[in-house]
Amino acid sequence: MPQRSNLIDKVLLSRNGNALLNAVTVLPTLIKINKDCFVREAALSLSVTTEEMSVRVGAIVDARAELEGPLLPILHDVQKEFGFVPQPALQIIASRLNLSRAEVHGVASFYHDFREEHPGRHVLKICRAEACQSMGADRVANHAKRTLNVDWHETTADDAITLEPVYCLGLCACAPAALMDDKLVGRVDEDRLDTLIGEARS
Amino acid sequence: MSLVTEIDYGTPAVTSEKTVTLNIDGFDVTVPEGTSVMRASMEAGIQIPKLCATDMVDAFGSCRLCLVEIEGRRGTPSSCTTPATDGMVVRTQNDRLKKLRRGVMELYISDHPLDCLTCAANGDCELQDMAGAVGLRDVRYGYEGENHVKTRQNGEENPRYMAKDESNPYFTYDPSKCIVCSRCVRACEEVQGTFALTIEGRGFESRVSPGMHEDFLSSECVSCGACVQACPTATLQEKSVIEIGQPEHSVVTTCAYCGVGCSFKAEMRGDELVRMVPYKDGKANRGHSCVKGRFAYGYASHKDRILNPMIRENINDPWREVSWEEALTYTANKFRSLQEQYGKESIGGITSSRCTNEETFLVQKLIRAGFGNNNVDTCARVCHSPTGYGLKTTFGTSAGTQDFDSVEHTDVVILIGANPTDGHPVFASRLKKRLRAGAQLIVIDPRRIDLVRSPHIKAAAHLPLRPGSNVAVLTALAHVIVTESLFDEAFIREKCDWSEFEDWAAFVADAKNSPEEIEKISGVPADEMRKAARIFATGGNGAIYYGLGVTEHSQGSTTVMAIANLAMATGNIGRPGVGVNPLRGQNNVQGSCDMGSFPHELPGYRHISDDGARDIFEKLWSVKLNDEPGLRIPNMLDAAVDGTFRGIYIQGEDILQSDPDTKHVAAGLAAMECVVVHDLFLNETANYAHVFLPGSTFLEKDGTFTNAERRINRVRKVMKPKNGYADWEVTQNLAKAMGLDWNYTHPSQIMDEIAATTPSFAGVNYDLLEREGSVQWPCNEKAPLGTPVMHIDGFVRGKGKFVVTEYVATDEKTGPRFPLLLTTGRILSQYNVGAQTRRTQNSVWHEEDLLEIHPHDAEQRGIRDGDWIRLASRSGDTTLRTKITDRVSPGVVYTTFHHPGTQANVITTDFTDWATNCPEYKVTAVQVSASNGPTEWQVEYDEQAKQARRILPTIDAAE
Repeated sequence: MPQRSNLIDKVLLSRNGNALLNAVTVLPTLIKINKDCFVREAALSLSVTTEEMSVRVGAIVDARAELEGPLLPILHDVQKEFGFVPQPALQIIASRLNLSRAEVHGVASFYHDFREEHPGRHVLKICRAEACQSMGADRVANHAKRTLNVDWHETTADDAITLEPVYCLGLCACAPAALMDDKLVGRVDEDRLDTLIGEARS
Repeated sequence: MSLVTEIDYGTPAVTSEKTVTLNIDGFDVTVPEGTSVMRASMEAGIQIPKLCATDMVDAFGSCRLCLVEIEGRRGTPSSCTTPATDGMVVRTQNDRLKKLRRGVMELYISDHPLDCLTCAANGDCELQDMAGAVGLRDVRYGYEGENHVKTRQNGEENPRYMAKDESNPYFTYDPSKCIVCSRCVRACEEVQGTFALTIEGRGFESRVSPGMHEDFLSSECVSCGACVQACPTATLQEKSVIEIGQPEHSVVTTCAYCGVGCSFKAEMRGDELVRMVPYKDGKANRGHSCVKGRFAYGYASHKDRILNPMIRENINDPWREVSWEEALTYTANKFRSLQEQYGKESIGGITSSRCTNEETFLVQKLIRAGFGNNNVDTCARVCHSPTGYGLKTTFGTSAGTQDFDSVEHTDVVILIGANPTDGHPVFASRLKKRLRAGAQLIVIDPRRIDLVRSPHIKAAAHLPLRPGSNVAVLTALAHVIVTESLFDEAFIREKCDWSEFEDWAAFVADAKNSPEEIEKISGVPADEMRKAARIFATGGNGAIYYGLGVTEHSQGSTTVMAIANLAMATGNIGRPGVGVNPLRGQNNVQGSCDMGSFPHELPGYRHISDDGARDIFEKLWSVKLNDEPGLRIPNMLDAAVDGTFRGIYIQGEDILQSDPDTKHVAAGLAAMECVVVHDLFLNETANYAHVFLPGSTFLEKDGTFTNAERRINRVRKVMKPKNGYADWEVTQNLAKAMGLDWNYTHPSQIMDEIAATTPSFAGVNYDLLEREGSVQWPCNEKAPLGTPVMHIDGFVRGKGKFVVTEYVATDEKTGPRFPLLLTTGRILSQYNVGAQTRRTQNSVWHEEDLLEIHPHDAEQRGIRDGDWIRLASRSGDTTLRTKITDRVSPGVVYTTFHHPGTQANVITTDFTDWATNCPEYKVTAVQVSASNGPTEWQVEYDEQAKQARRILPTIDAAE
């Protein structure tokens, strides 16, 4: 969970004109201003204007709005569209679905699969559930962390791989299991992991 | 005196005809079907341990503390989520349950600070209570594991620790004390209906989050306090409790803000008010509150409060503090000499809708019996006088027909000219609850108010009419109902005058009143009007709620009658769930009208020319009453300018700020020789006063307020008046100084006099109010416990009267010089002229009045959001800042009137309702242009106000 932020980007959005809107992008990183005040700053290379986001998220919401309980399918679609669920998208979803900001935040933050930040080019998930643990998943995971020089939920410096834990991939018979993007891999050990990482980085 | 404790039954009451009997720990309990085992048990006096359950919100079943054993069922179900069934045998305590509960408590306490002794909730903490109840003696898990409690863990910053959020001025959020029971989240959703809170994350990471991980102040939170009340620990805690400590006694009383009339427990430590807690037995609010009643009482002890009487010969002099005796003698002599010089009719008074019924009664008695004239009026003149006139004409009583509970039975609501989420927030929450349960809402308002669309609320229709076209639109709705034969013929034939109905039906059916024609006047699409009419006429129980957007028009009274017509035509009168419901503005504006505050009416709405009514008072008071109506407020001011009206006693009302055409009010006041202001503060009117009598707050006196549902609620004294006297005593002392022999020693004696003289109050006395909590008038032999719903067996006047409501456009018209229409309203955090709320921290939500303007109109004028602008009408001009929003339609601008610096009433005109003189606040033709500072008038006014508020330093009398 990120630190409590005063969400300065939101305040600025509502008070100012387009110039500022354009500066807000979909790749937020928390920049500390003072003890408990943060502002989300943009990585300009991947910038999407708020207007553009409004259009793209709006289209997703419109396509799903008639479903009973449309929020989860919409969040999935948004993640597919942007690679993560940008905070401004949550506000757009809330207002379109006539929900409060809090409700949408509550749902999005409940599911670990909805990412708050842009992932690397590939996402590597290593199972940490009981069966895999008993077959050496922790050892594999430690190896991954060392090799990639990241902790859980972090992305490598070359932006190639984001490492995430997962709790059961339904592949207990072939434990330990991992998932590289959409590809399931069984009986993962250090060597197999190095191969996967090598492929991803190539 | 001790703390008033209310039993928490754990889950809400269920209304069901059918009952079930179950056995709990060997005792048989009979409860309505659907009641939870937890509630049934509490009703039998057996308290099952609980943390996540409270009877203000639905059961949730998350804390696992209320587990019970039920014979024939496996496992240990949670008693809060298990409905009681016939023959069920429940055990709430045995070794297995005790062990389970201790285990649960160990987990809770392993992640909770152990600072009970220094915690603000010490003595008022359910976690503490439950630890005691389950016999927690040690925590096997220790406190060293992962936690939310410690700022540092293993020498590093603890990433789970979150600092206290102190952004809300009235309460703090301390995440380290949170047990994630979700009570606050559910209270915000179910009770308040704002949905500002959520639980973010999952599992051990779960925490309460306002908005999207925001602080409370910048979230969607409206600071109603429901979450604070629901919190079982110190996680959400009133700052006043943190500062002062736990209260030791409490007194049930009634809020002194709006006309909802919420009951509160004033929780005290000695004579210090610790906090106001909404009272669950309060029949208007049912345990809910808003930011004003719950928190904004700081004005009562604000340094601006004037505590000593003051006089001055001339309004340009500084004030001189004097004794009560001197002030009252001075006033009495002055009034008497004015009457000698200029005649009996040369003085008058204004009663206050902020004061109690008893105080209001005394002021009008002083004027009628003491001054010997009927020059008495009240602020209802500028708000709901058309309600009185319109409903009296059509139904026979000058008040709303329902109680607030009625909304729970409503299927379709028409809301016209009211913005309850800001003006009547607790009623709005009750309405929203019903809307979420499926009732439909039709909003008739120029502005897109929150109820048109906000989380989980969506109006079935919104008719954004042009200000001033209420009558036209309501008649168009009637046109659809009549021409499509959607009216309730059986009801009309039985309860109303059929031939009058036929006349009316012929009138509304005229093609000129069709939605298609009215669209041209109102700007509302005809289809929308047709849709709204059909929904209302066919959607089940239909109720109409309205506010000042109806009454404050040149056709205010006509609109009220058009509303009454609509209710009668659809048969929506005389049972729960229907009716015509004015949302009254002030705490006691209903009461001040009931108490004979109008120049033509004695208490109980009896005309002053009615010999029988006058006779009752003449005998009791041993005086001869004038049988001619006296002057209304605008007439008093006119007469003052003309030189015939010379003195006035104004109790608790700031006419300079609240009445239309400020310059005219100022001129009228300036022309008088003796203006007596009886108030808490040197308000704007006091700038023109010669005598200032300090007033007392609602916390400092006994009495009653009557709310919008005719409910007579007790106001109870919780501290002695800081100014020395309750307002009724001040009025009595003034009466004595004027030679009247008044000797009331308690307001209950005044109520006895009201009951003895006023048929609709005949059964009311303080003993009854003590027993029943509150009653709704009429309360007499026929209805000894009051009347929640009126006109059940026919209308009070006999047959319901349909009145032809011809639309007449107001004379206030837009043109090239003034092309926009200004309408005014209120905001949640501020109250009316703001004399009270501006002296509380509520100002963090609303520091200044803003002009709402549509982006199109703003762009045409080159105005940006937040710019200073000049707002000008035919009457005057002022400056304020803008807020660009599409809440208002193009051509319409909107502002609030809470700040004297803005003086919105410099702009409003002197057009008034044709029947009652109620000013047309809601329609003013204006122009908006860029500006860079205050107008000349604002500068002059500020200067005058500064001069007029000077008080001479007190000098000890040496001689």
